[in-house]
Parts: sequence; C-alpha cells; structure tokens
Amino acid sequence: MPRRRVPSLVRLPPFQTLLDAHGADVHRFLVATVGRLDADDCYQETWLAALRAYPRLHDASNLKSWIFTVAHRKAIDHVRSRRRAPVAVGAELPEPAAPAATPPGGAGETDDDLWARVRELPPKQRTAVALRYVADAAYDEISAVMGTSEQAARRNVHEALKRLRTEYRR
Amino acid sequence: MMTEIEHELRRSASRSDALPDLAESASAAGLLDVAFATLDSPLGTLLLASTPRGLVRLAYVDHEDADSVLEQLAAKLSPRILAAPRRLDEPRRELDQYFAGARRRFEFPLDWRLTRGFTRRVLQATAQVPYGATASYKQVAAQAGSPLASRAAGNALGSNPIPIVVPCHRILHSGGGLGGYTGGLERKRRLLAVESGQPQLTEP
Repeated sequence: MPRRRVPSLVRLPPFQTLLDAHGADVHRFLVATVGRLDADDCYQETWLAALRAYPRLHDASNLKSWIFTVAHRKAIDHVRSRRRAPVAVGAELPEPAAPAATPPGGAGETDDDLWARVRELPPKQRTAVALRYVADAAYDEISAVMGTSEQAARRNVHEALKRLRTEYRR
Repeated sequence: MMTEIEHELRRSASRSDALPDLAESASAAGLLDVAFATLDSPLGTLLLASTPRGLVRLAYVDHEDADSVLEQLAAKLSPRILAAPRRLDEPRRELDQYFAGARRRFEFPLDWRLTRGFTRRVLQATAQVPYGATASYKQVAAQAGSPLASRAAGNALGSNPIPIVVPCHRILHSGGGLGGYTGGLERKRRLLAVESGQPQLTEP
C-alpha cells in the first residue's frame, strides 16, 4: 500500500509573520547586547539561522522564545568570536580609540548612557535586562531563552537593576 | 511597581531603527522558498507569490484574505515565506503593462506546483488561449483529454491559483454565457473588455 503523507502536527505560520511580530525587538535586543555596530550583522545571522531551521520546528507554541533563543546564541557567538579575533601587533596602524559607549538608540544622550551602562553589566544580567525591557519578556520566557531557572532570571534582572540604580545618575 | 530605572529602560528601548533587509540575503542563501509582494491594480490589490521556479500564486486580496492565502502557501509549499518585493519585480512590471493595454502575453516563468492532474491539464490548455480570444469549457476539457468533462473543467478553472496570468477569464460557456470567475464576474467582464480593445481599465 502506498504510504500516505503524514500531515505535520505543527502548523507553522508564514515566516514573515514572525519577522513582523519580533523583527524590531530582536534588533533592539541585539543593539543592547552586542552594540549598535554589530547589531545588523547579528540580526542577519539570527534570522537566517532561524529561517534555516524553521521548517523542522516541532513546537510552534512559543515562537517568541524560540527566536530570542536564536538571537541570544548569536550574540554569544559574536562576543566569543570577537574575543578570539587576532589582534594585529604592529602590522597595521591602530585604529583611534572608539568612544566607550556606542549609542543604542541614536539621539537622546541620557538614554544612551543608560544602555551603555547596560552593556557594561555582566553578560547574564545584560541579556536578562535586554530581554525584559526590550523584548518585554516574562520571567519564564527569559529563563527559556537563557536556559536558566526562572528564579535565576529574576535574580539576574534584580541584580542588574540594583547595579544600574547605583551607577546611573542623571 | 515599576521603578524609575525600569521605566527609563522601557522608554528608551522603544525607539525603532531601520531594520536590515532580510529577504535578499535569505534569497541569496537559498532560504527563501516563497517570496511575496502586493500590486495595486485597476482590479484591486493583488497578492503575488513566487518560488525560485516562477510565479506560483496570484490572489485578489479583497476577495481572498492575504493572510489566509499566505497560510495556505505555508502549509502547501513551505513556511519559509517572506515579503520580497524585488523578487517579484518582473511579474509586477508585466502586469502593470498588461493593465495599461501595453502587453498581450507574459514572459515570466510559472510554477504549476499548486495544481495537478486534470486541473493542471485544463489550466495549461487555458494558458494557450491567446489574448483577445475566448474558448469554451468544453474545448479546454477536450484539450485536457476529457471532452465530456466540461463541468469538471469549470471546477478546475475555479481553483486557478494564478488568475489573469493563466487566463481563465477567457473561458466562457458554449452558448456565450460568462460562466464563473475566481475574482467575481465583474472582474471577468472587465478583463475581457480590456482584451477586446475597449477603453483601458480604470480604477474601480
């Protein structure tokens, strides 16, 4: 007997739906975690990786957590690859020192100061804050994205806020 | 309660940037299975979708909801679907010319994947009916290999995934009656009118 095609259990929405819903937030998340300069590259890498994996996805119940998990991994990869990048010694003229803080949002200096402070937080706190306040993620979503407990997600946000409060003065 | 710093974080994070274009890099990476775009036409807004093989779907969006058309494409073809207007430049250009009365046949390739069997044969026979001419349901049924199946041919035409381009509007009843049309009979009338050299289509 000819085998019937088993219909997929997961009904995946058109990928554009995902991009419309989360594109801007993913970009802001990356600006907050890797900085404005590298956000565009990470954004492309995130969405291309997601697009590649998308048809094989088995669970479409929380696509928001899924896409931010991909973005989070790309941000980590990115930071690692930068750390590994060889530093040319004497081979080329050194670039002039970049300004310490790359503005995450363009205009408005006080905001930029704040997000520059966010980028100086320890990585886990930084990511948790970005997910919470850029992606408007709930704690269970933050824990899903970062692979931590929900308690740890809360603690990361809490510690970050505490630190920002003492360091950030307007 | 939201503290001041939380408020600041939220507020300052809400500014939006111009997002990098994903469609072209996805296409270059071979990851764009279905590209879509809309086109404003004298017959209303059209949704166009193509695969790397060619145009696969055209829909009148005031007749069929665009979201549900895209959902069907996700289920039937692939969920890797992105808005990618540049991927549809050629069909859009040719359709514009067609509506302006400046084009009688389309040159871009078609992807017939949404059709099969008798339906595909009927639609491919329909695609051979030239601009300005008409044929009967019976004739296209015969062309498709089943001269007695004119009713089935009508159904096949009713499910045409690429109207206008596959000119199902050129198929009429033998007696001269209009028959049916995917986008409503008024559109069929207007398409036939423009092809018979009557005044150009204007906005509805």
